[in-house]
Amino acid sequence: MEKFKKIQSTAIPLTIENVDTDQIIPARFLKATDRNGFGDNVFRDWRFNKDNSKNEDFVLNNPKYSGSILVAGDNFGCGSSREHATWALSDYGLKVIVSSFFADIFKGNALNNGLLPIQVSPDFLNALLGEITKQPETKLEVDLEKQIISVVGTSFSSTFDIDAYKKTCMIKGYDDIDYLLSKKNEIEQFENTTK
Amino acid sequence: MKSYSLEFTLSEVERRKKTMSKKTLFDKVWDAHVVDSIENGPQVLYIDKHLIHEVTSPQAFNELERRNIPIFRPNQIVATADHNTPTKNQHLPIKDENSRKQLEQLSINCKKNNITLYELGHKYNGIVHVMAPELGITQPGMTIVCGDSHTSTHGAFGTIAFGIGTSQVAQVFASQCLLLTKPKSLRVSVNGKLKNGVLPKDVILYIISKLGTNAGTGYFCEYAGDVFENMSMEGRMTVCNMSIEMGARGGMIAPDRTTFEYVKDREFAPKNDAFEQKVTYWKTLPTDEGATFDKEYFFDAEDIEPMVTYGTNPGMGIKVTENIPSLEDDSFEKSLKYMNFEKGESLIDKPINYVFIGSCTNSRIEDFRVAANYIKGKQKADNVTAWLVPGSKQVETQIIEEGLKTIFDDAGFELRQPGCSACLAMNDDKIPQGEYCVSTSNRNFEGRQGQGARTILASPLVAAATAIEGKIVDVTKQLN
Ligand code: SF4
Repeated sequence: MEKFKKIQSTAIPLTIENVDTDQIIPARFLKATDRNGFGDNVFRDWRFNKDNSKNEDFVLNNPKYSGSILVAGDNFGCGSSREHATWALSDYGLKVIVSSFFADIFKGNALNNGLLPIQVSPDFLNALLGEITKQPETKLEVDLEKQIISVVGTSFSSTFDIDAYKKTCMIKGYDDIDYLLSKKNEIEQFENTTK
Repeated sequence: MKSYSLEFTLSEVERRKKTMSKKTLFDKVWDAHVVDSIENGPQVLYIDKHLIHEVTSPQAFNELERRNIPIFRPNQIVATADHNTPTKNQHLPIKDENSRKQLEQLSINCKKNNITLYELGHKYNGIVHVMAPELGITQPGMTIVCGDSHTSTHGAFGTIAFGIGTSQVAQVFASQCLLLTKPKSLRVSVNGKLKNGVLPKDVILYIISKLGTNAGTGYFCEYAGDVFENMSMEGRMTVCNMSIEMGARGGMIAPDRTTFEYVKDREFAPKNDAFEQKVTYWKTLPTDEGATFDKEYFFDAEDIEPMVTYGTNPGMGIKVTENIPSLEDDSFEKSLKYMNFEKGESLIDKPINYVFIGSCTNSRIEDFRVAANYIKGKQKADNVTAWLVPGSKQVETQIIEEGLKTIFDDAGFELRQPGCSACLAMNDDKIPQGEYCVSTSNRNFEGRQGQGARTILASPLVAAATAIEGKIVDVTKQLN
């Protein structure tokens, strides 16, 4: 996993609630056996019309908005367990997703892939969405070490919560497999006592 | 500024204190599987059974291979092919190249690693959440995971079962364990007598319509009360299956006589004395009297009626006799626009051209019995294409042996071969753009059953009635 460093970036406002994983990456794109290239099809059916022309109304197609931070409506990532959703978002170039609520499996998948889900209060989210929609050049800063997301050059900021263990993993670029492999003895002992 | 972490820590301490003496079903199964705990961090949870399928496993196999890590416990893994499989002519090579490759990759991976695979055409092949319970792989008190969110289905046996992402599939491959923070506990109780024509699917659609799609996020849910106690295992699986649709990682129902009888004598269930010993243990699992939950909800069985959804998430459900609500909300309006429904509208008499009875929610033998019982002697409406897709080879065989196929054939329904099929439309079973489909599956997301397809979730009974009438009807009127 790549190490997560402090970032500054403009952000993309996605003012839709309950964005499910079927929207992030539709099932028909799940037939690959590796993890690359999913970014081309992220939000496929919102980004493109049925005739494959660009849907100019969709925010990802609006040239005003860009950056590695996606600010999205409540309950982001609900639905299926497909990690392809996370791969697609990362492959598209995103490093952080901000929402007022994340579905469990999505959140876990994101953290396991170095994509940081930041949960903020509904009030903060609304204010943030308003700000970046109005001023697309607004820059956000995400400081994982301090657990703070802020609008650069203002006092507008919020702390966020993250599991201490996961935070260390993100910052150091470790993943759970490394940790679990280090527990082999305990695991075998557990098996022997319960069998 | 509000300090979220502090709030979390306090409730955490409270919670641990409360559950120390009296334990819930979930606590008992979870605690019995903790290998180790990281201070102020997650726990190492041991996984008894790992189910895999073609879509979410290839990248995990790659990851292990890349890092030169062997599969730790291949005999605790069972694989099936289900998401991509065609439901017609399964004996022929698969036409879609990508699907074929993905299935071939699964076969190669399983063979290389000595993993049992029920591939296409095998007598045990089927949707992962139908196949494992019917083979007795799923047993009370276990921990079961699968790279599929509807793994919650297995909770019907008093099992901790939940969906995982592909990174976690790799973790279980490597160590038979996962690093997890213990979820909070939630209990949903439904008591009373269900009305005629109200099925387990209606019960869970009703619960989700009341609680919304994220009420369960961060929680593991226990379903309690006489409605669930009186339910068959098939019904309990339908309910637990949809726990994820209210955000919960999983759902559980305490194991009881119904559970033990279902498990007994199945292919991989313990036999004779070993079985009796297990039953003695399983009987200790139900939640202790006086154990507390972080959140509780109570519902009255008599208030439940046959349900349908009108929007693009499973929480947007109404009784079939109710009208669509009128809310001022962007997401709500976007949803209605996609479905081409109006606020305040009734769905009764809406013409429907597609009906799908299948998916891991409702593709067990009981579901087809309910449908056949209603359909018998009637004819499908001319405008309707009706697909019946059994959840497994075994269910398919049973449908034929019990004479249900004849009923379906005579009525003009098409019985297909097992698989996930139109539940997620990864194979050719797609609902065309703009068409409505009354479906017994679990998700009505935009495009779930095909690009631009409009899904209305319902029970197998409502689905059968829709196919006969060619439109949505209040089926209770006909029953009473
Ligand atoms: S039937 Fe549908 S929900 Fe169930 S495992 Fe298959 S795709 Fe997932």
